Amino acid sequence: MEIHVTDQAGETHTLEGLEGWRVMEVIRDWGLNIKAECGGALSCATCHVYVGAEWFDVVGAPSAEEEDMLDSVGDVRPNSRLSCQILMSDALDGLQLTLAASAAKD
Amino acid sequence: MSGHEITTDVVVIGAGPCGLFAAFELGLLDLKCHFIDILDRPGGQCAELYPEKPIYDIPGFPVVTGQQLTDNLMAQIAPFAPEFHFNRMVNSIDKQADGSFRLVTDADEVFHAKVVVIAAGGGSFQPKRPPVEGIEAYENKSVFYSVRRMDDFRDQDVVIVGGGDSALDWTLNLQPIVRSLTLVHRRDAFKAAPASVNKMRELVMEGKINFLQGQIGSLEGENGQLKHVHLATNAGDLSVPATRLLPFFGLTMKLGPVADWGLALNDNTVVVDTEKFETSVPGIFAIGDINAYPGKLKLILSGFHEAALMAQAAKKIIAPNERVVFQYTTSSTKLQKKLGVA
Repeated sequence: MEIHVTDQAGETHTLEGLEGWRVMEVIRDWGLNIKAECGGALSCATCHVYVGAEWFDVVGAPSAEEEDMLDSVGDVRPNSRLSCQILMSDALDGLQLTLAASAAKD
Repeated sequence: MSGHEITTDVVVIGAGPCGLFAAFELGLLDLKCHFIDILDRPGGQCAELYPEKPIYDIPGFPVVTGQQLTDNLMAQIAPFAPEFHFNRMVNSIDKQADGSFRLVTDADEVFHAKVVVIAAGGGSFQPKRPPVEGIEAYENKSVFYSVRRMDDFRDQDVVIVGGGDSALDWTLNLQPIVRSLTLVHRRDAFKAAPASVNKMRELVMEGKINFLQGQIGSLEGENGQLKHVHLATNAGDLSVPATRLLPFFGLTMKLGPVADWGLALNDNTVVVDTEKFETSVPGIFAIGDINAYPGKLKLILSGFHEAALMAQAAKKIIAPNERVVFQYTTSSTKLQKKLGVA
């Protein structure tokens, strides 16, 4: 299964994902510009992504705890999600995401 | 504290789990530690990022929270009475002619140590800068990430951004002295204490402050002096007069001054060997998430192992002529005496 991730510079990368991996882990493993500083513990918001319009219903809305964490970034949009909270599955094959500015490493 | 000088065996930079455990291993070898940490309490990421989150891969603990692990480590190192210097950052480290190190903090304290251990995790926790173009030019003139002197905000048009306790507390504290105050948060739900949120809502009802649901779009001003904040709100784009902006988006880790200490680095980590976990500067060690070596795993348990080997090497530097006999805490009366159990 593959996901298509547009980085902060506007370049789109096609990444191979594995069932059960967190989308954050896939993006980090491929070396894109994602800070993901808490390592997937839902304790920061530095893996912030925008979900492609046609994918938002498939991925679903953030949980209340994830909404709380999204308060710590200044570039939230209606399609914002934390990529550590999205698990790879067949249903997400072809998922399109854009990395938020607030997910960038320093 | 200006001009304060402290001399010790080892300065440990960072009081996260690996740094704390280093005090145990160093303590068994009779080495005295002083900790310097930018946070206001021990625990590092375990305290700041995930105090309530479960950790499942600490040997011997099927599950432990970040805070419990910190509390247990503090209890474990208590016999060695390490000293803690919180809310400080090490700005510089300079090697002296006699091989020791002189460290200066941002509080102008000077530490003299024979060995330095960098256990700084992902770097120092710094306020998160919102992704707003050109905000750097206003920082420390019109844009502040904390309130050091309330007087800097007197009779100003203040915009506070955020929905946590810092944003709400400063909204309530600054309101009586400002010319105007606008609280901006992306949604009409707050993480802050409910009592503060209720007070804030009362002030809005009384017309004493404004609350706008939205986010910062851009800043307008010149020479670092802010004039307006342009906001993207639910009611469309709005411009608010602002001479002070206080964004409260929590903390994030930055490598910070470590990058300037002349150590070999690799992608924001400090290169070490795997025998002593020593950096490219003899006498300066790096353990835990901040170090890099082939096969490195950023796990707390790796940092514990690194601390033990580092301590042996530190002992050889500090007491080169002393013969160190390897001992177990289970069987050594000498070690047990140090731990206060024999």
